[in-house]
Amino acid sequence: MKISVREVRLSFGDLPVLDGVSFDVADGELVSILGPSGSGKSTLLGVLAGLLEPDAGEVLVDGAPAARDTFAYMPQQDLLFPWRTVLDNTTLGLEVAGMTKREARERARELFAPFGLSGFEGSRPAELSGGMRQRAALLRTVVQDRQVLLLDEPFGALDSLTRAGMQEWLDEMRARFGWTVLLITHDVREAVYLSDRVLVLSPRPARVRAERTVDLPRPREITAAAAVEAGLLAELR
Amino acid sequence: MTRTLERPTAAVRRAPTRRPRRWLPPLVVVAVLLGAWQWAVTALDVPPQVLPSPWRVVEQGWANRAALWTNTLPTLQVTAVGFALSLVVGWLLAVVVDFSPWLRRALLPLMIASQTLPIIAIAPLMILWFGFGLLPKVLVIALVTFFPIVVGLVEGFSRTDREAANLLRSMGANRWAEFRYVRLPGALPSFFTALRIAVTYAVTGAIFAEYVGARSGLGIYMNLQKNSFRTDLVLATVGVSAVVTLALFALTFLAQRLVAPWIRR
Repeated sequence: MKISVREVRLSFGDLPVLDGVSFDVADGELVSILGPSGSGKSTLLGVLAGLLEPDAGEVLVDGAPAARDTFAYMPQQDLLFPWRTVLDNTTLGLEVAGMTKREARERARELFAPFGLSGFEGSRPAELSGGMRQRAALLRTVVQDRQVLLLDEPFGALDSLTRAGMQEWLDEMRARFGWTVLLITHDVREAVYLSDRVLVLSPRPARVRAERTVDLPRPREITAAAAVEAGLLAELR
Repeated sequence: MTRTLERPTAAVRRAPTRRPRRWLPPLVVVAVLLGAWQWAVTALDVPPQVLPSPWRVVEQGWANRAALWTNTLPTLQVTAVGFALSLVVGWLLAVVVDFSPWLRRALLPLMIASQTLPIIAIAPLMILWFGFGLLPKVLVIALVTFFPIVVGLVEGFSRTDREAANLLRSMGANRWAEFRYVRLPGALPSFFTALRIAVTYAVTGAIFAEYVGARSGLGIYMNLQKNSFRTDLVLATVGVSAVVTLALFALTFLAQRLVAPWIRR
């Protein structure tokens, strides 16, 4: 499976936001999209998640136009709903897709242990810590079983300690489950720590301005990553 | 495997305020006011037709409890039917308006206009048109209570987080699924607030409708007692209607507990 984004363009009225964005994502790859704020990261994400229709360009899966359910989208806020238990929050996508509640619960329940949420199935989201809420939101994304996970600054709202823990955890989980991930972030360190490849977007209107393969062994040491980080920071300026 | 799986911070739920602390202040105020009233009426020798003492009100209310009770029942019935109608109409209008921007523009001004109608003029007309039966009273109650319900729901629906709507759409949800999974449950806190406001209008609405014309009920009973200068019984009836309203108010909390136990106060 290969995702190809080809020359995607989108303007809001007179304001061009995406100016021919192109890149590929291979099966099992984690690709980060780095960009200054206001660079159109969220707009690109909206196009991929099927929320926005691009003016031109296309998104292909193995050469064929991508179906609407190619990407599983995880927004920045956890958006766990207080009226649902943690388990029922994670089954939301499956229920929307028409699966019976029972079947959906069975599917989601299997992931509670690897996601470190065992015992919290019946809890309300408010009873979870920030990191746990984020893991529950990721579980809700993963359980939809789509080809690519589309993560929009998933750890942006967490304190730095929890965030570091979550990054390590995501790194392990991805190795274990072989997810294909497209990660939107403005955190260079996070991008370098997690990615196989990093794409740098230009300021608006966005194009892919640079691409860097991060060829470092995992789990990554911060020292080895520092040089790459510095290079990317230079690209961002 | 992972080392940083933190546990949640202590139980989040707040302990409920202790009962005596909550009930004592209003009770003290009421007791002081009643005491002052009782004292003033006795000291100034006010005739009971003008202002009976609170004690007399209670005493006469108790002596006439059978009459009060037989007049409370029809008022309760009218209130229940009228409020049920109001809920149905309120929900229907709010949902319709939520799904259709066109109907929203068409209907909202009409609904607002309906609230400018003076009930004092409408109620007698209702009796004129629909007679002394249940219908005119039910309509008056619905007219005074549906509006807060519609407003509460419409605002509750539209308060849905844009990002939540996006999340649902990314999952493949259509407008109906978005409504069902996000907008509807998200509107419940706002709905229950509106319900509490509406329910306090319901009993007074019923009494007003009966006051204008009815065979039985607290409103007409009150009117009859007033005409025979039984101020004590008028006030006893007022007391009964207050108790009924408070009971309905409490009932909304019970309903909220049952329907949406996740709402935190």
